[in-house]
Amino acid sequence: MASAGETARQAERKQIRGRWLLSAPALVIIFVAAIGPLFVMLAYSFMVKGDYGDVKPGQYSLDGWFSVFFQRDIFDDTVTFADAHLSIIWRSLRLSVITTLATLVLGFPTAYFIATRPRHTREVWVFLVTIPFWTNLLIRAFAMQQVIRNEGILNSLLRATGIIDQPLQIMYTDWAILFGMVYVYLPLMVLPLYASMEKLDFRLVEAGYDLYASRLAVLRRIIIPLVKPGIVAGSILVFIPSLGAYVIPRVLGGGKNLMLGNLIELQFGAGRNWPLGAALSIALMAIVMVALLFYVRNAARSGAQHG
Amino acid sequence: MASRPHFDIRRQPGFVAIALFTFAVLYLPIATLVAYAFNASDSVTVWGGLSLRWFVEASRNAAVQDAAWRSFVIATSAATVATIAATMAAIATTRTPPYRGLGFKYAFINQPLMVPEIVTAVALLIVFSRIKVWTGYSGLGYLILAHTAFCIPFAYLPIRARLESMDSSLERAAADLYATPWRAFRRVTLPLLRPGIIAGFMLAFVISLDDVVITEFVKSGGQDTLPTYMLGQIRREVTPEVNAIATAFLALSVLLVTVFFVINRKKA
Amino acid sequence: MHWKTAAAGAAIALMGFVGSAAAEGALNIYNWGDYTNPELIKKFEDKYKVKVTVTDYDSNDTALAKVRAGGHGFDIVVPSANYMPIWIKEGLLLEAQPDQMENFKNVDERWVNVPWDPGRRYSVPWQWGVSGIGVNKKVFGGDINTSAIFLDPPKELVGKINVEPEMNDVLFATIKYFGGDWCTADREVLKKVRDKLLEAKPKWLAMDYSVTEKLPSGDYAGVYYWNGAIMRARLKNPDIAFGYPKEGYPVFMDSVTILKDAKNVENAKLFMNFIMEPENAALISAFAKYANGVKGSDQFLPAEMKGAPELVVPAQYEKAGEFLVACPPDVAELYTRIWTDVNK
Repeated sequence: MASAGETARQAERKQIRGRWLLSAPALVIIFVAAIGPLFVMLAYSFMVKGDYGDVKPGQYSLDGWFSVFFQRDIFDDTVTFADAHLSIIWRSLRLSVITTLATLVLGFPTAYFIATRPRHTREVWVFLVTIPFWTNLLIRAFAMQQVIRNEGILNSLLRATGIIDQPLQIMYTDWAILFGMVYVYLPLMVLPLYASMEKLDFRLVEAGYDLYASRLAVLRRIIIPLVKPGIVAGSILVFIPSLGAYVIPRVLGGGKNLMLGNLIELQFGAGRNWPLGAALSIALMAIVMVALLFYVRNAARSGAQHG
Repeated sequence: MASRPHFDIRRQPGFVAIALFTFAVLYLPIATLVAYAFNASDSVTVWGGLSLRWFVEASRNAAVQDAAWRSFVIATSAATVATIAATMAAIATTRTPPYRGLGFKYAFINQPLMVPEIVTAVALLIVFSRIKVWTGYSGLGYLILAHTAFCIPFAYLPIRARLESMDSSLERAAADLYATPWRAFRRVTLPLLRPGIIAGFMLAFVISLDDVVITEFVKSGGQDTLPTYMLGQIRREVTPEVNAIATAFLALSVLLVTVFFVINRKKA
Repeated sequence: MHWKTAAAGAAIALMGFVGSAAAEGALNIYNWGDYTNPELIKKFEDKYKVKVTVTDYDSNDTALAKVRAGGHGFDIVVPSANYMPIWIKEGLLLEAQPDQMENFKNVDERWVNVPWDPGRRYSVPWQWGVSGIGVNKKVFGGDINTSAIFLDPPKELVGKINVEPEMNDVLFATIKYFGGDWCTADREVLKKVRDKLLEAKPKWLAMDYSVTEKLPSGDYAGVYYWNGAIMRARLKNPDIAFGYPKEGYPVFMDSVTILKDAKNVENAKLFMNFIMEPENAALISAFAKYANGVKGSDQFLPAEMKGAPELVVPAQYEKAGEFLVACPPDVAELYTRIWTDVNK
């Protein structure tokens, strides 16, 4: 008996070791080219900046982190909040939240529309959402640029219909970045929303109407609570890449309206302040982690309720 | 119910209009882009008639050819390695009672999905530029390695999904017939898993092909891929040539997604 | 089975490709964007059977940061004069001794004994020019020979201005606007400079590089930018005019240098010698529309460049032009901080 148990335990241990060996290549690659470098970057954020980029090896300081939040005035050396950085972080947060809300407003009815089609046509609608999703992000930002520029199709349409007589200046404004992000991240909202709406039990909706609820009440009290996991997942999927957006502001923002991603790039290029860039990156990651934590807790809670 | 004969419980006012508007928004920019790729004039704003001129010019442009070939090499290599690693990892993390470290593995494998790309990009810039100096090697290997890392989670998803839906009785039957584990894997598991592996490979391939940010920061001199080449061009004088390249790229993506879609459909 | 064999074969072929990325006849040039004539590259490739790749950068700082980080893989870089002392001091450049090369005799004497590279031990001239004003005369008809166009813009131009995102050129014009000297550390002047830039920036549309396209198309109506690009804009739209800021404007020269860790030094030297040939120097200018520093190249220039208002400085503005030199480190640090402040 004892020896049989021993053998079983040994076999199990051997099997687990085998499973670790099998997953080793994936874990090693991700460590070397994704996770490991993040730790190096964390270390860089505590180093002294080199004169022309890079860092001075072996010299440590908190300057990188200090200058995320504070700045010394050039002329009288007083310490104030680094409103340059804080306003860029604030713009990133604000634009990301608005993007998330806008994609939700457009994406929720769209997902609902798809979920209420007959089964065999649903796949076609999903496919239509998937195509832009798999299209290169840069190409989509570029396409948006051709739509919103002064002689672009949007301004031509508005002028032809007589709504405006001077072209609207959208390019190089926060609006351009916003339009670009909503357009690019819309599928990321629709797909998870659809996934949870597809499973929606319409008998509950029917029950609502039987109790003489209005359409709005059914939407608010029954449908939205039931698809909440999809709403949360979609919001996270849109919010995180919006916050770290780099290509869209670069292509549509004209170099004057920086977002966090561009500020980070600036520090590693022309700004020549790698420790500050590293600290800003860690700060960005921290915001993302908070959002993810919110998601995990929310998912756990709704899992406990419905599962 | 009889009192409300034509009452559609699924309807919500205005939803259909918003949905159709959304689809218009999704396709209008792409349609504009594609239309101007066929423009005969030099401009991306003035229509000068239908022409394939810019496709011809793009295909003759040596920088475009180089970048396209490089994109293909990187995507093929990265997707191949990522798919192999992801298949192994998927087998190691599915159809098993939970064991210590399983959750850790999930988090680890999905990590590239959770960190903003720009953060990974600058972190790789720091580390790889050091390694390039130390080793003196500055070839495509760095780009392939970086791409492989962020492709793994994408390859992993469909393979794992396929494994979880697979019936393990056939494999048990093989084992009962004294097949060695390797033989059972090759003759039974692998053929059953193949649709998942193909889907994973294609996802990884598209993801690698599309990457801009990480490539932009990791590339050495003369290592532009098609997306980073376009990024450089977009800031300069834009001719419909960029539209033509983008359109060709788009066609390839649509083709891959369609194949992916068909494979997944068969599976279900 | 055979798909596996094919896959293995493909994998081996790919490895071979990856390994041979640094082929023998190669040259990697790192240059400003939209600055290198493809015809020049084609001619060089055909003559020496060398495969050339050109990678763009958008500012001196970007180029310096990328090369300084190491592992860049470039052979040639083209820094501006005011950055040359940094490149040399940081030990990034190879002392290629172009002054010993066959075609060196063609270099204009004016550009041989230059302060940033006396006697040309490291570099050969690529192009030189000025930063000035470009305005669409249909939008604004007043005086354009002043930095006020972008610092105190007339109301017709507000919201339609693009300013080159190069720190030193912008600070130079602004310091001169307040009567200061370049590299001044006078805090009273610099405070005015910062406050003026902070006040002017909201009146600009962008700080971007696409002037050759967006000035003629009407996206921009006024720019502070490099003369060659403004000339290219004028050739597309004759309403564009060029102005020399009378308060003072910077003169620049970009020079071709070889990096110390270049892998294709011999090809890079061939390229240096190649571009000192008058006919080839003319090819450089014909594309980007800036002057080069090579004697006898004028005769090969396109007709539209001869006597062009962007290239021939009117006598009364000649004195206002001044060479942009590198400032001492403490002043440079101060300028960087002002620039960061402006760029928030």
